Amino acid sequence: MNVTRAEIAVVAVAELFRGDGEIVASPMGFIPQLGAKLARLTFEPDLLMSDGEAYLMTTGGVVEGWQPFRRMLDTIVPHGRRHVVMGANQIDRYGNQNISAIGDHARPKKQLLGVRGAPGNTVNHRTSYWVPRHSTRVFVDAVDVVSGVGYDSAAKAGPSAEKYHDVHRVVSNLGVFDFATPDHAMRAVSLHPGVTPDEVTATTTFAVDLSTVETSREPTAEELRLIREVLDPKSLRDKEVPA
Amino acid sequence: MADKRTTADEVAAELKDGMTIGIGGWGSRRKPMALVRAILRTPVKDLTVVSYGGPDVGLLCAAGKVKRVVFGFVTLDSIPYDPWFGRARETGAIEVTEYDEGMFGTALSAAMQRLPFLPTRAGLGSEVMRANPGLRTVRSPYDDAEELVAVPAQRLDVALVHLNRADARGNAQYLGPDPYFDDLFALAADRCFVSVEKVVETAELTAGGSVQSLLLTRGAVDGVVAAPRGAHFTTAVPDYGRDERFQRHYAACAKDLDAWPGFVDRFLSGGDEQYLSEVDKFEAEAA
Repeated sequence: MNVTRAEIAVVAVAELFRGDGEIVASPMGFIPQLGAKLARLTFEPDLLMSDGEAYLMTTGGVVEGWQPFRRMLDTIVPHGRRHVVMGANQIDRYGNQNISAIGDHARPKKQLLGVRGAPGNTVNHRTSYWVPRHSTRVFVDAVDVVSGVGYDSAAKAGPSAEKYHDVHRVVSNLGVFDFATPDHAMRAVSLHPGVTPDEVTATTTFAVDLSTVETSREPTAEELRLIREVLDPKSLRDKEVPA
Repeated sequence: MADKRTTADEVAAELKDGMTIGIGGWGSRRKPMALVRAILRTPVKDLTVVSYGGPDVGLLCAAGKVKRVVFGFVTLDSIPYDPWFGRARETGAIEVTEYDEGMFGTALSAAMQRLPFLPTRAGLGSEVMRANPGLRTVRSPYDDAEELVAVPAQRLDVALVHLNRADARGNAQYLGPDPYFDDLFALAADRCFVSVEKVVETAELTAGGSVQSLLLTRGAVDGVVAAPRGAHFTTAVPDYGRDERFQRHYAACAKDLDAWPGFVDRFLSGGDEQYLSEVDKFEAEAA
């Protein structure tokens, strides 16, 4: 099978939702959306997904519910039956994430989005991240502004921050990473086919545990058909992750 | 019975230096842009702007009206960053209170309920606690003893929102898929002014939408402004979507300090009639 890196990444994102059941999947960004939709069309049919605005939609494109922003923030997020996949301008070894600003918060070198819902997401329900270009600029020793709360920050903030805190995984164009080490430092779960450990070491500022790494799985024939013919026939995925 | 119809310029004239104003909508969605442009035409300054921010925040920053922004994000949605907000932050021209999106709504809810604070989990462990040194936590008096963020009430002197329809008494209706937080803004404020696409007879409101679409009752509204296309260039569906081409033009001019005065001259220096006629011409040129 002639599988592209983008297709491997879509499947890796889909795998984030395995076992999630009947919760709201909130994928931010194009490849995360493809991954969540693929999961729902295959092994996680009960996932709830919005149209990116105020409607919950079935796989058949039928409106099945109302989920305006206020319901999301007042109910869905604090209630916890949600798994978000956010982007990250920076991410550090303990899973702290920054989408707010680069530099000192009081007077940033570069203003980005602001923290958005990242603080609430990360202390309320499972959170994963998607990084389309794995580099030392993204994977840094310490993020400039903690938007998404990492394991060390949650521990410092106390039991109420840790109670529902669950930074699940990071998927990049190079591999899949988690924080399942004794001190919750980032660890490679799998590298995509063709990616070497040296490549990850060279593009990550901090040391990544590569001791138990596997190879990311390839899509099944049915998954490939869904990605190529149903979900993304124009192959927009290649713009985010070049072949 | 009170006829609350007024004009955008009369609403803007109510603002005083240093006031805290809440602006409804979300990002580049159903923003009261006609009311914002009216503020640009006044000498008012040192405003604290409370907003799920979009080009409203950008324009007010561009005009030097802003002392502080209370926000969870500032975005143009289809364009990630507003250039004027970025410039104001990077040059240190404004102060900020940066909240999680949910905390922001919690702050308005507390004000609406006349409570000093409301507890939430959002914010714990994040920059929000460090960047806002006045923020405090509160401990549950029950067995769980959880320590949570005590989000202080965000009172507003004035709220400005844009909806699709209203009657002259201030009953106001949204017809799109999302009310955003406009009712919270209205009830957190001492006074609320609503601009609408169309002022109609009261009976037309429920003829045009479900009773659940009547977001604001007249008890919460102090002035009604008829402002057709008053959310332009943000979306006000179903009346119209976002004017993406114009928004790109705004963002391109906002990025380029040489181009900005031309944008101001053409679109922001006159009244709303001039704005809309120049927008029409801009559209015709591009077509």
